[in-house]
Amino acid sequence: MSHDLLVRLILLLPLAGAVLLGVLPLFMPALRRREGLIGTIGTSVVVIPFAIATYLFVSYGGDPVTVSYFTWMEAAELSVDFAYRIDELSLIMTLIVTGVGGVIHLYSAGYMHGDPGFWRFFAYLNLFIFAMLNLVLANNLVVLFLGWEGVGLCSYLLIGFWYTDLKNSAAANKAFIVNRIGDFAFLMAMFLIFSELGSLSFDVLLTDAASVLSAETIDYIVLLLFIGATGKSAQIPLFVWLPDAMAGPTPVSALIHAATMVTSGLYLLARMSPIVLETEVVMMIIAVVGALTAIMAATIAITQNDIKKVLAYSTVSQLGYMFMAAGVGAFFVAIFHVLTHAFFKACLFLGSGSVIHSMEHVEHDLEHEGEDVSDFDPQDMRTMGNLQEYMPSTGWTYFIATLAISGIPLLAGFFSKDEILFKAFEYGYDGNTYAMFVWVVGVITAALTAFYMTRSYYLTFMGEERWPLADKIHPHESSWKMTVPLWILAGGSLVTGFLGLPAVIKDGKWNWIHHYLGANYGGPVAEASVSAHVPGSLEWGLIGLSSAIAVGVFFFARSMYLSQGIAFDVSLKERLGGLYELWEHKYRWDDFYDNVVVEALINQISRDGLAPFDSKIVDGAVNGLAGATQESSSLLRRIQTGVVQNYALALVFGVVLVIGLMIFGG
Amino acid sequence: MEIPFLTSIVIFLPALGALVVALQNNVSSIRWTALGTTLVTFVLSLGLWWGYDPAASAAAPQMVDLSSSWFPDSLDIKYFVGIDGLNIFLILLTTLLGPIVVASSWTYIEKQHRGYYALFLLLQTGITGVFASFDLILFYIFFELTLIPMYFIIGIWGGEDRIYAAIKFVLYTLVGSLLMLVAILFLGYEAGNAVNQGVFTTDWFKLLDYTIPVATQSWLFILFALSFAIKVPLFPLHTWLPDAHVQAPTGGSVILAGVLLKMGTYGLVRFCLPLFPNAAQDWALLFAVLSVIGIIYGALVARVQPDAKKLVAYSSVSHLGFVVLGIFAFTDIAMQGAVIQMVNHGISTGALFLIVGMLYERRHTRLMEDYGGLATSVPVLTSFMIFSVLASAGLPGLNGFVGEFMILLGTFKSEVIASPLIVGLATTGVILAAVYLLYMVYSTFFGELTNDANATMPDMNARELALMLPLAILMFVMGFFPTPFLKQMEPSTTFIMETIQERRADALELQRMQEGMEEGRAVRVTPAPPESGSTSEATPPTTLPE
Amino acid sequence: MEVALNWYLGLSAILFSIGTLGVLLKRNAIVLLMSVELMLNAVNLTLVALSQSMGDADGQLLVFFTIAVAAAEAAVGLAIVIAIFRRKLTVDITEINLFKF
Repeated sequence: MSHDLLVRLILLLPLAGAVLLGVLPLFMPALRRREGLIGTIGTSVVVIPFAIATYLFVSYGGDPVTVSYFTWMEAAELSVDFAYRIDELSLIMTLIVTGVGGVIHLYSAGYMHGDPGFWRFFAYLNLFIFAMLNLVLANNLVVLFLGWEGVGLCSYLLIGFWYTDLKNSAAANKAFIVNRIGDFAFLMAMFLIFSELGSLSFDVLLTDAASVLSAETIDYIVLLLFIGATGKSAQIPLFVWLPDAMAGPTPVSALIHAATMVTSGLYLLARMSPIVLETEVVMMIIAVVGALTAIMAATIAITQNDIKKVLAYSTVSQLGYMFMAAGVGAFFVAIFHVLTHAFFKACLFLGSGSVIHSMEHVEHDLEHEGEDVSDFDPQDMRTMGNLQEYMPSTGWTYFIATLAISGIPLLAGFFSKDEILFKAFEYGYDGNTYAMFVWVVGVITAALTAFYMTRSYYLTFMGEERWPLADKIHPHESSWKMTVPLWILAGGSLVTGFLGLPAVIKDGKWNWIHHYLGANYGGPVAEASVSAHVPGSLEWGLIGLSSAIAVGVFFFARSMYLSQGIAFDVSLKERLGGLYELWEHKYRWDDFYDNVVVEALINQISRDGLAPFDSKIVDGAVNGLAGATQESSSLLRRIQTGVVQNYALALVFGVVLVIGLMIFGG
Repeated sequence: MEIPFLTSIVIFLPALGALVVALQNNVSSIRWTALGTTLVTFVLSLGLWWGYDPAASAAAPQMVDLSSSWFPDSLDIKYFVGIDGLNIFLILLTTLLGPIVVASSWTYIEKQHRGYYALFLLLQTGITGVFASFDLILFYIFFELTLIPMYFIIGIWGGEDRIYAAIKFVLYTLVGSLLMLVAILFLGYEAGNAVNQGVFTTDWFKLLDYTIPVATQSWLFILFALSFAIKVPLFPLHTWLPDAHVQAPTGGSVILAGVLLKMGTYGLVRFCLPLFPNAAQDWALLFAVLSVIGIIYGALVARVQPDAKKLVAYSSVSHLGFVVLGIFAFTDIAMQGAVIQMVNHGISTGALFLIVGMLYERRHTRLMEDYGGLATSVPVLTSFMIFSVLASAGLPGLNGFVGEFMILLGTFKSEVIASPLIVGLATTGVILAAVYLLYMVYSTFFGELTNDANATMPDMNARELALMLPLAILMFVMGFFPTPFLKQMEPSTTFIMETIQERRADALELQRMQEGMEEGRAVRVTPAPPESGSTSEATPPTTLPE
Repeated sequence: MEVALNWYLGLSAILFSIGTLGVLLKRNAIVLLMSVELMLNAVNLTLVALSQSMGDADGQLLVFFTIAVAAAEAAVGLAIVIAIFRRKLTVDITEINLFKF
């Protein structure tokens, strides 16, 4: 079948699903309860595109294929088509989006069971898939931006899905607006590119840009694109929306805020990698921002008690890793980490969703027993414990994913994270000192990651049962719709790492992902060339070091939390003091934004400044003019005495004056 | 099938309908007459779209109705209406909003139905006439004709402060248009002397033949631009707008935001730029700065309004800033963006006002704090609201994005404004639009239902659905398929841009010649236009004989 | 003996001035109206005198118009004065200031 039709199907099926599920039940409330039908439609419009994408992947010939449907905008020299591009990069991303997306759709059918907004949820999810596919398949920046904003919209709709709680809606607003700040930079980048290059198509951009544009222009373009990416991919200083975004239903956190949408900033940089590589200084900014974000989020994650918040900060931290990779010119490794991270983080989130789901049942049972549940938080790890016994599937998959993200050897996270660290080291070894800094931060962050993830697993699934009436009330494993996706994703967390074996093995010949994506092998993703290669023995040493750190920290955290439970947090807090408090308060970023930006902009400037200025000064000038007219006429009208004689007198004076002028005036 | 005098029919059919409405007593038949008239007008106006062929002629309007016997021969003032790429969609927008406004007023208007619908139909004639006119005097007459019905619509069917708002609206805009009248008269005499055998003329094409000296252009431009800037409204001349919007009945607000404001931006494109290109370029930076201030200022002030309608009103100040910015960028892309953004803004802001009006009709309050949690009780209305908000906030795929994107892209390339800073500041409007619009959705529709009156609020009925659906569909269509629209307007915007270039060069050439002559023979004064009594006060005193 | 034209014009000017002063200074509305009549008659005198001296009948013709207008004016004026007197019981025009701001 032709690519034209296949890409059309990939894109239009999710859109059709979104329209169908969003519009029909809105007007026909009877349909809203048909969960089976809605779930089937919603899931299949994602699974079918996955099958098509698999076919495209298998039959891909090695040359990028572009398809163009119709002209979106055309004016003078501007011409933007709805054009899509199939190459190695977009295929991998499409597979992640539809594959992980399909699994999460299936999971959602179980998770959202009984929710009155079931239909809305699937409509939004389908719309999200449509937007995300536009993002990864686009062949020009404008269509990419359509997807970029589209996923932001869906994120907004899904974070605020339970809109009756204003906190959720506020988090949704925050996400959308912070993302828009990034989008602002994206727009400016597009304007700059268009005014310099006259086109926004990747066909032109990826081939000519590096040679045509001046170095300074490239600096600005890449910097602006990176700022755009910090919004979507939750990096300093725009990461603040992501932890709040956990207000959405858990499948949303897994799909949007872990596996797909948040990685789109990385996708953008990887897509633009031929240009990004041209600018040393911005690469450094990217790497350093990534490193700082990674370690900052990891330290915050240690202190969180909400199981989803831990995962949220962990996501921010892992995204920081990906930016570190991008910043040292190893874009394919960043995409590799996107791939492995999609599996283990989605698995963790869905696992946490399964836990929350059953803790909500516990809450329900407690209420049934007449307990006061107003303080009970089904997401708080301090009320969990020993869930492995009741929820074996959830527990095991969570454990596998935990090992994977911690970097335990031979699991997915180990390979991708180690590759990032190695690339940073190699780049630093080559003489870029900042890369060495990045490497050091990366190693420390790896240790922290292993620590907080192990903590999260052992607090949740092991130890004593800490919810009230634990001897009477027991949580239950979730239904197959939820456990099957967990096992699929756990399977992915086990094996996907082998797609990118390190360079020491067979001289990197078994690094499939490198061969597939790398520009050196005909792929679309450029990479920094390194002149001084790290010797093989040193590389083995590095691998050994990170393995040792991961395993060591894992066993340390395991023994501490197994023996002491949450008490270890307290002793940690005592030992670290102010530092721990700083982490607990998330480095006060939110305070800064709330008090300085929001307070100053909305309250000080707008409410107390501009609004009174508008009504008092600007409008006051208008009303003042009217008032002045009225005042002066009320003065002048005193001449109108109403006595005819006065008027006649004035008349006579006038006549005399005129005659006098005629006679004597010459 | 060619319908003769179609343009004139589209203009004057509503006025005829107004007459019929005025002769009736029965409320129901008044409504149906008004609806029928506007619907027929809309269908007929589709014929204009059908008949307009962008390939046929870039310069001349099509489906022209021309009559010079309207005024005595001593004055070359014509009844000259026609369709080109600039006005076709604004006329269609006007005729489309016609039936929508009538339908939205169906139950909203509770008194003096006859007067309301008659005035409203008359207003439609005025607006359509403004867009279709190719003669300045005719344009002016229609321009002023729109004031009177709007004055009564706000003053009689408005809110608590309706009289204040109505008087402010009329006086404010009248000040501007009277200044424009002076400029029109002056221009008519000058052009008449120069290119029309001494006969006063306001024919647009004849005016384009007359190369206006640079010095004269500058103050003529100011008089015209001031009038249009008030209408747009451009910061700091905007304060009539929130008052008028808040006090006007829903239908009035929709027309006001949807098309009445566009008369200002349309006037800038049609008259200010091509007639006074040198002055327009000289003043472009000031207008760009004012529109950027308007974008940011309008957005920030909108954010803190407690009144939903006022919020939308200030959002118009912000959004129209984009249009003015695009107009003064002097690039093809920005110009087309500005023209299509006029239409887009009419659709999305019209929809926002309709929805706010529906809420007002149900609860008789516009304060957002009186609402909250409406998404539970009125899901359909909420969906339409969010859709319109997204279109208004410029989400790609909906109509608002196309215009804003093209305007900003074109302005970035502009050689006249040539300032990335201005574009950057304008682009922050995209962020701020999300801030205030999402805040409105947040505080009105989300949260828990705490008020019984909100909880029992009925959702949209069939009539309201019927009037929102066309707008929602248009938002989507114009967001994904703007090309057919852009193609239709392209020849005309290109013509405008070319005219600007040529006339600008001509005026500069004229200036050079005059300077050369002055240097050559210092005694000789500017070849001032031959004697013309009415312009003597404008003639500089130095040219008076000693 | 032929009276010179200037005598007529002088008399007319004096009469007119008396009438004007009466209009300006008197408070009684009736006197005011009489003063107006005086001014009109001064004009009539001028017209007749000039008509006579120039041998043109047009001036005398015009006098008839003036007389007719004066009669109408007196009638309307007196009617208004009576109407006002019925309402305000005065004909003092400083008391009658309906046009005051």
